[in-house]
Amino acid sequence: MKIKNKTLLLVAVAILFSCFATPVRAQEITPTVSDDEVNRVAQQLYCPVCENTPLDVCPTKACAQWRELIREKIALGWSDQQIKRYFAEQYGGQVLAVPPLQGLNWIVYVLPPLVVIGGIYLAITIVKRSRKSVIPEETDLVPSPPPASETVMEQIEKDLQKEERS
Amino acid sequence: MIANIGFGLLVITLVTSLIAVITAVYGVTSKTRAMLETSRLAALSTFPLLSMSVAALLALLLSGKFEYVYVYQTTSLSMPVYLKIAALWGGQQGSLLFWCWLLSGFTFIVLIRKWKQDHDLLPWVIVVTNITLFFFMVLVLFFENPFLKYYILYNGEVITSLFQPFHAITAHPTDGSGLNPLLRHFGMVVHPPMLYLGFVGFIIPFAYAIAALIEGRTDDRWLKATRRWSLMAWLFLSLGLILGSRWAYDVLGWGGYWSWDPVEISAFMPWLTGTAYLHSMVMQDKRGLFKHWNVALIILTFCLVIFGTFLTRSGLFSSVHAFSESQIGPAFFIFIAVMFVASLGLLLYRWSSLSSNYQIKSFFSRESAFLYNNLLFLAIFAICLLGVIFPILSELFTGQQVTVGPQFYESAAGPLFALLLLLMGIVPLTAWSTSSARNLGKTVWKPALLSLVFPILAVVLSAKNWIAVIAIWLAALVICVTLYDYIRSIRLRAANHHEPLWKAFLTLTTRNRRRYGGYIIHLGVALMGMGIIGIEFFQTQTQAMLKQGESLDLSGYTITYRDLQITDTPDGRNVAKAEISISRDNQELKVVYPRIDYYYDSEQAVTIPGLRTTLADDLYIILVDWEPVTSEGATIKVFRNPLMNWFWIGSIVAVIGTLLALWPSTIRKSIAKEEA
Repeated sequence: MKIKNKTLLLVAVAILFSCFATPVRAQEITPTVSDDEVNRVAQQLYCPVCENTPLDVCPTKACAQWRELIREKIALGWSDQQIKRYFAEQYGGQVLAVPPLQGLNWIVYVLPPLVVIGGIYLAITIVKRSRKSVIPEETDLVPSPPPASETVMEQIEKDLQKEERS
Repeated sequence: MIANIGFGLLVITLVTSLIAVITAVYGVTSKTRAMLETSRLAALSTFPLLSMSVAALLALLLSGKFEYVYVYQTTSLSMPVYLKIAALWGGQQGSLLFWCWLLSGFTFIVLIRKWKQDHDLLPWVIVVTNITLFFFMVLVLFFENPFLKYYILYNGEVITSLFQPFHAITAHPTDGSGLNPLLRHFGMVVHPPMLYLGFVGFIIPFAYAIAALIEGRTDDRWLKATRRWSLMAWLFLSLGLILGSRWAYDVLGWGGYWSWDPVEISAFMPWLTGTAYLHSMVMQDKRGLFKHWNVALIILTFCLVIFGTFLTRSGLFSSVHAFSESQIGPAFFIFIAVMFVASLGLLLYRWSSLSSNYQIKSFFSRESAFLYNNLLFLAIFAICLLGVIFPILSELFTGQQVTVGPQFYESAAGPLFALLLLLMGIVPLTAWSTSSARNLGKTVWKPALLSLVFPILAVVLSAKNWIAVIAIWLAALVICVTLYDYIRSIRLRAANHHEPLWKAFLTLTTRNRRRYGGYIIHLGVALMGMGIIGIEFFQTQTQAMLKQGESLDLSGYTITYRDLQITDTPDGRNVAKAEISISRDNQELKVVYPRIDYYYDSEQAVTIPGLRTTLADDLYIILVDWEPVTSEGATIKVFRNPLMNWFWIGSIVAVIGTLLALWPSTIRKSIAKEEA
């Protein structure tokens, strides 16, 4: 019974202290870290609860609390990377705006350049193959005359005539 | 009673669409005229049937029959009539029914207008459109029925059912929960129908392409028959995307218009392939090139249209757009897979007969430029597809959830968009057939030199980001080249025909609408590009907690918080409205009222920004939070979005260009009249 009373007393004291401690800490931290500094980090993170909503613009109370958490971490001298790592450990990898460079995530970084390289290769191949099958006289790369004004007009007139025929 | 009629009509439509498919196939294979006529009538009748069913649902929505689940979930007594009408597509079940109605309507128009002209292709068009309609009708009837009703069982449990269960009584809620507050905006009222018109519109050219493949008509008849359809579908899809962007800008309080949300991208992907298709269509039309390519692109666009609907409806991705989840995902997946494999199989079967005799002769010819254009669109599409499906793949194979945010899309697709601008800039001056870099340089150098004024001006106005400066130059190149070529043609026409300039302009534009419609679209896109560059590279923002009378500064503007008023409105909202003054050099420019609307019925808050918009920049002000007791202090967030207005102006210009290109040719009309 005595032990139980002591425990209750300790819990009550702890609660009392925490009540005092929290506002003091908030008062110390709040003025030193601006909203802009908080948002700079928050916009690199996504709300862990509402899907596809960046943390800096999420209107929920939960996100407001997470922004306050960022404020505390910045005040403690944490870097952006440390804060992002902390959030990823706490709430999972989906809070990061881009997947971290690990495991299967490499695909996201490697595939786009490969797509571009593949596209360039395809373009060159198609044009080269197409040129090869042209009759030699026509493939002569003597530059055709520039589309001077007259030729532009001719082209337009041709288009118009074609339009009329079709 | 009305609901029973609506439901009964849905069942009849389902059966009718199946009859249309079976009789069309039988009619073509057995060459039975009566069967084909039956098929035509069956396909035609789906539209009036679905129209009546849609009317039944509308009647329920407008009369506030809250015992019906859909009516309860999407309307409330306090909603105005226009929102009750918009509720038709504001929820899952209604929007699927609306989708079916549009498809049947488009099929109806094609059959009425083209039956005699395209009698050999149209039975297969009926097959394709009605298979699609049948699939969506199955979804509507068996998974997402809009005519379900609430019932109270004898033990007090409330259930939803189509028919009255034994010993159950109908529940009569006095009010509904109302439409999602985020959707109560003009942009959102118009955005879904536009998007659906675009989505469904692309099904018609797809159906024609499949019909041509089945019939072995590998000439360009299918393409010519659906040219206007394709452009119209593209216009609606573009309008849907633009209106959605405006809605996001006005309602979501992000400070921007596009967030690379998976559902946004799912509507953007068919737009990308559709745009590539519109360009390569020109090549087949003018040079007989890209025949395989065109069929492949329209197949891809169709599959992406269904995929886009699937992403929004299946609940696979949760976002602000995916407003509810359902069990229809697997059915969608199977349908897309079957349609894709079958269409691709047909394309491969007809591959050899689709080859072209015409060749691309130079890397710098207009034909090559169109090829590069297509490859760029497809590369951007591939990047978007990767970004959308990667989170699913990651969760599937590693169990890890990841987010692929804007940074990925912007860094991967950004350079490709820049190359597209470059191509748009030079293509009007490239020559058909043979050409060389030197020739191209000779024709482009004048407008290119002129376009340098823009980036120089940007640097003078303290633009330091060299990527932004290059992007500005590329957008300016498009504007200068397009105007240069347009003006040159007008002057030549005026000189050759001894016409005044205005007449030459009108004659050129009206007689060659596709060409100059395209030019105007390019101008619009370049202006939109300016807006995108402004917000992407030069956006600034700040946020602070202000007491009454306090100010904050951003990019030369002073934003002063004056007052906050909190009121309850008769339509069930609690509105917290701040009064903010915007001034510059001690001169007040505007007073804006950013607010937060809290909807009691849905317990949801919507952030409405205060906006000061000019051609130079937008000031976008959000009320983030306020001191709840005294209302003396409020947290204000301010974005400065340079050149933003040009995005909206550009989009209007692009729409005008598309309408011009779509407008029927008066020449053809007069020829037809003469022939008649």
